[in-house]
Amino acid sequence: MKAADSAKPVGIEVSLAIAEAVKLAEAEVVAAYPITPQTHIVEHLSDLVANGELNAEYVPVESEQSAMSACMGSSAAGARTFTATSSQGLIYMAEMVFIAPMMRLPIVMAVANRAISAPLNIWNDHSDVMSIRDCGWIQIFAENGQEATDMSIISFRIAEDKNVMMPVILNLDGFTLSHFIEPILFPEQDKVRQYLPPYVTDHKLDVKKPMSMGLLGGPEYFTEAKKAANDALLASKPYVTKAFDEFAKIFGRQYKLVESYRTEDAETIIVSMGSISETAMVAVDEMRAAGEKVGLVRLRLWRPFPVEELRAAIGGAKYLAVVDRHFTPGFPEGPVATEIRALMYHEENRPRISNFLLGLGGRDVPRNHFQYIVERAKEIGSTGRQGHFEMVGVNE
Amino acid sequence: MSKKINVTVEGAVKVKDIPLGFTAQPGTTKNFKTGDWRSARPVLDREKCVYCGFCYIYCPDGVYQDMGAEEKYYKADLDYCKGCGVCAQECPKKCIQMVVEEV
Repeated sequence: MKAADSAKPVGIEVSLAIAEAVKLAEAEVVAAYPITPQTHIVEHLSDLVANGELNAEYVPVESEQSAMSACMGSSAAGARTFTATSSQGLIYMAEMVFIAPMMRLPIVMAVANRAISAPLNIWNDHSDVMSIRDCGWIQIFAENGQEATDMSIISFRIAEDKNVMMPVILNLDGFTLSHFIEPILFPEQDKVRQYLPPYVTDHKLDVKKPMSMGLLGGPEYFTEAKKAANDALLASKPYVTKAFDEFAKIFGRQYKLVESYRTEDAETIIVSMGSISETAMVAVDEMRAAGEKVGLVRLRLWRPFPVEELRAAIGGAKYLAVVDRHFTPGFPEGPVATEIRALMYHEENRPRISNFLLGLGGRDVPRNHFQYIVERAKEIGSTGRQGHFEMVGVNE
Repeated sequence: MSKKINVTVEGAVKVKDIPLGFTAQPGTTKNFKTGDWRSARPVLDREKCVYCGFCYIYCPDGVYQDMGAEEKYYKADLDYCKGCGVCAQECPKKCIQMVVEEV
């Protein structure tokens, strides 16, 4: 596997590309348990370690709960640490996931997004990561293989920034990203080292300078500890931007917290996250060609939520068609729409917001679905109604 | 108006004083006198005590102090003793009684 030395695009499965990027990032510990559709990421990492291509400790743990425990241990010992999981694995890991950011351990975790059972389903949606939405990690959604590869390196840079010291979840859509073969440009090792120097920290367990981690925090401490961690998460946003900008300087690929596509003068804007946005862009092109004033806004950063950037991206749009890939049983809509609606509520000229549930449990989302939701957002919005939620294509 | 309502909590730490990752230096447990968790305290009958050191060995909190070869007994530090009663259970001479704390 010489992909990592290539200056030209290499056709490679995205999961393997992520593993190669983790190798380029010179992770020192990988602790993971395989689960579809994340398996190829950690399988390839275990190959790289076994073959001596990556000088890391690979810990083949017996569960995801143990995976995150081992990751916290290695990160607390000052090692650059990576793991990956998906769906049931993430849920099983959840107990430990919430602890890592409170301990300020800069672990990077790829999540190959997959539905949560039941019924048993291995296909893509966002219900796994949305179920641990409030875990306190920095959370990024990748759109394509190149981005997932680049973000695997960038995430370490963000997490380990002395001004951040927070773990990062890199979301990539299961199968639609993880199992596709895409042309990938791999950054050169020397330049990656320049971008991402070795992880050196004082925030570690050291026999010469002992400290206790993972402490009890009674009622006099708990509120303040939560505030301190949340302050740090909110304050990480400019450093995420900085990590993106510096990546662009060295590697030429510029990422933003929120991406806008053909939103100038747009009357209707689709808001989405992840790989579905690529289909949405094609649909936007088609609708634009037909004279429709439509654009796309994509959230790359989900936590900390890019409030100002999203407001600016939405601009003066009249209608929003917000896409959710997960819904909240017992509540009238999905989490992305709920948050955007809450943020826009206090705006004088807020758009009419409709919410569409797409691509649940691997349901295919063809281009005409985006044409449909744009039509519906206009239709419902022009009546003045707020709060529309629709499971698109549900066969009742 | 609402500014006049005091919602601060006595003894609460300040957000800015929370160390990165909520860590602590070793030995700081000593600062927290946990003896007030106790519902019963160990009372030693020094007449029966043979200075065997079982209480000192078995105490899960390490509150027993060796009073030395002249005094020949171990003394529980009531600032930290949580009243679990392990010492009384393990004492081979049954010379430690757990006495209920009166409020």
